[in-house]
Amino acid sequence: MAYYILKRLLAMIPTLLGVAVLIFLLLRVVPGDVVEARYLTQGSQFQSQDLMDLERKKLGLDQPLWKQFTSWMAGIARLDFGLSMWTGAPITEEIKLRFALSLQLAIMASLIAQVLAIPLGILAAVKQDTWVDYAVRVFSIAGLATPSFWLGILMILTMLIVFKWIPPMVFTPLWVNPWENLAQLIWPALAVGYRYSAVGTRMMRSAMLEVLREDYIRTARAKGLWLKLILARHALKNAILPVLTVMSLEFAFLLGGLVVTEQVFNLNGLGMLFVEAISHRDYTLTQALVMLVATFFLFVNFFVDIAYAWIDPRIRYR
Amino acid sequence: MVKKSTRLLALAAAALLSLPLQAQTPRNGGELVFPVPSEPPSYDGHREETFGLIHPIAPFYNTLLRVDPNDRSGTKPHPSLAESWTVSQDGKTYTFKLRRGVKFHDGSDLTSKDVKASYDKIIFPPPGVGSTRKGQYADVEKVEAPDPGTVVFRLKEPSGSFLASLLSPYNFIYKADILAKDPHWYEKNIMGSGPFTFVEHVKGSHVLGKKNPNYWDKGKPYLDGFRAIFMRESAAQVAAVRGERAHIQFRGFTPKDRDNLKSALGDKITVQESPWDCILMVAINHEKKPFDDKRVRRALTLALDRHTGSKALSQIAIVKSIAGVQVPGTPFATPPEELNKLAGYWTDAEKSRAEAKKLLKEAGVPEGFSFTFKNRGIPMPYEPLGVWMIDQWRRIGLNVRQEVIEAAAYFGVVRKGDFEVAMDFQCGYIVEPDLDMYKFLSSDRNPANYGRYKDPVLDQLYDQQSRETNVEKRKQIIRQFEKRLLEEEAHYLMTLQWHRIIPHSSKVKGWTITPSHYLNNTLDTVWLTE
Repeated sequence: MAYYILKRLLAMIPTLLGVAVLIFLLLRVVPGDVVEARYLTQGSQFQSQDLMDLERKKLGLDQPLWKQFTSWMAGIARLDFGLSMWTGAPITEEIKLRFALSLQLAIMASLIAQVLAIPLGILAAVKQDTWVDYAVRVFSIAGLATPSFWLGILMILTMLIVFKWIPPMVFTPLWVNPWENLAQLIWPALAVGYRYSAVGTRMMRSAMLEVLREDYIRTARAKGLWLKLILARHALKNAILPVLTVMSLEFAFLLGGLVVTEQVFNLNGLGMLFVEAISHRDYTLTQALVMLVATFFLFVNFFVDIAYAWIDPRIRYR
Repeated sequence: MVKKSTRLLALAAAALLSLPLQAQTPRNGGELVFPVPSEPPSYDGHREETFGLIHPIAPFYNTLLRVDPNDRSGTKPHPSLAESWTVSQDGKTYTFKLRRGVKFHDGSDLTSKDVKASYDKIIFPPPGVGSTRKGQYADVEKVEAPDPGTVVFRLKEPSGSFLASLLSPYNFIYKADILAKDPHWYEKNIMGSGPFTFVEHVKGSHVLGKKNPNYWDKGKPYLDGFRAIFMRESAAQVAAVRGERAHIQFRGFTPKDRDNLKSALGDKITVQESPWDCILMVAINHEKKPFDDKRVRRALTLALDRHTGSKALSQIAIVKSIAGVQVPGTPFATPPEELNKLAGYWTDAEKSRAEAKKLLKEAGVPEGFSFTFKNRGIPMPYEPLGVWMIDQWRRIGLNVRQEVIEAAAYFGVVRKGDFEVAMDFQCGYIVEPDLDMYKFLSSDRNPANYGRYKDPVLDQLYDQQSRETNVEKRKQIIRQFEKRLLEEEAHYLMTLQWHRIIPHSSKVKGWTITPSHYLNNTLDTVWLTE
């Protein structure tokens, strides 16, 4: 197992290097740069080429690409991601600010999704082709068909029209004021969690249906074992593996992928930072964010694989 | 009895008469909350160009002059740090007397030394320091501070626009000693003399300011503080105002947002509207055939039925007025009856289209000729205007394909000249001919002329009006410039002037809309009724 963990960790290095090369090149292929975004997009009358050249020099954009890449890589090796080209602030500072919000939202949405998905999926499988099953299927299909941001807009409009109230607009950390924090984050967590739970519910239902048809379940039933015990002890452990994979990947996605939902609820999260970094052509910040999300995905996958072995003792890694 | 009732009537009348006066008496206290759709990259006004800097940061600073906060045209100079000014007979020396007793937020005195250092940084930036507005002060020879209360600007030539250029809301007055030590200090720090002092900036979230108790304008500001919340999504901004979590958004909303807010909140919402000092124009690449032929360019402008377009588009988009090179209703703007004589501005659309078709035929452009119109990937108002123009051009037999380019990539495309016809735009911080017409100078004088033409006559007219200090004579030259640009040569096409709509909480008083969303953001005159 230890050998397997080491192998997986080492395999992350070439993967991340590949991501680094790809994002570095892709950003430079796209037309426009941070200096143009700063000085040309406001429609001002006076444009100075000298000023733009000066800014490009200050940011190192006048250097050859290989030099820019190697200096970025050298920085990463020292865990120094550099400065944002747009704000001039350290990138770690820019990300740190938004990370807490995005992580909390991802955790809350995951909790909501799991609390809904696992019991509903099991229930639908056990009560297959009854009204309960149909109701769960309608609920989950509606979740898949409804974009989170649209549900978010509906929530805000309902709160506005019915209760004349909208969630707070400025993020308050949980440890500063838990009530204010929850008043802001519970709504996007519900909007995102619903869609997320729909994926999990469907996966749980189909995996459970497959397991319930297995011989060992039939044997357990035949010998008169209590259904709840069969489900908890025998069926769930076998059915949960694909659900775990899907939900973990969704969790990783939530960290940086909630762009529109963050805009709708005006959340100062990593998704919004991502969009702003790209629209400003802030190369250094975009690169750092891509690396962060890629690393997060790799680690989530890694932990899921480890969890497989823990849940199912038949799986042994070498 | 009669006497008593007369006295009562008189008292009632007096009370009624005094009501509006009482209602207009500013109230102290409260925190103004407003969303800002963009965030400043740095805090240095001399370096940045976005309103995302002005809205949250301007309240921390003063400028030498400002526009009159009650002037809806946003063009009248008003004292700020300068109490008064004089102009020499030859029009080349401007002398400003500074207000005494003005203090920076650190308690030090603000003197002419600070004004000179700030303007030197803007006009003559030291090596390695960027100044985005340096080009506007090309006429300035030097700035002098003969004594602590006097600042003198010496110009190389007389200028009709110099005073207006000092109204720039970006020209914050910084402390000379700080600039001497580090000219980049103000990029990451805030320390001015404005009505509010800086409390915090949480990146991506908000900027907080609190009342400056030592502000030189005694009794002001009225507010205890302000909170500028960064909010990119317009639906979220509207929801914030509708949910009464925000009082006002200073940039502008769409007509639909205005109507929704008004119907939802009724009297709780006050709407201020103005022509907006932003306009979408059509750049026609003179290096591409057949657009090198002025008959073709003229046909393109003649095809646009601006009068009908204005009525229809103003219902759905942030555009309204029909305009030439100046914002309608401002001092140098051409009156509508005169503007309507220009080709493309005629009220008879059928006559215009017939003329356009005739010109295309003469130029040898066949019926159904197709070209690509490049538009910027921003929905409002680029999208509706683009769709409208394509329809208008189809009516004169042109087949136009629209190509939408991502907003940030757009300028790379037009600067390279990689287009036939493209949408272009301009936004000014103040309505002033020198600023608004600079765009149209020959491409060797201004790289922002995406039409890529050279027109020495137009350049000469620009220089003439710029030197002219007599307002009426200057107006005449501007008319000639406008006629040549939009009709005779049809170098550029004007679409419709943007229309600024600010629906704000009726609790907000003391703020007047202007054509520029960069102006009137010091917040010293703003107060809340509750």
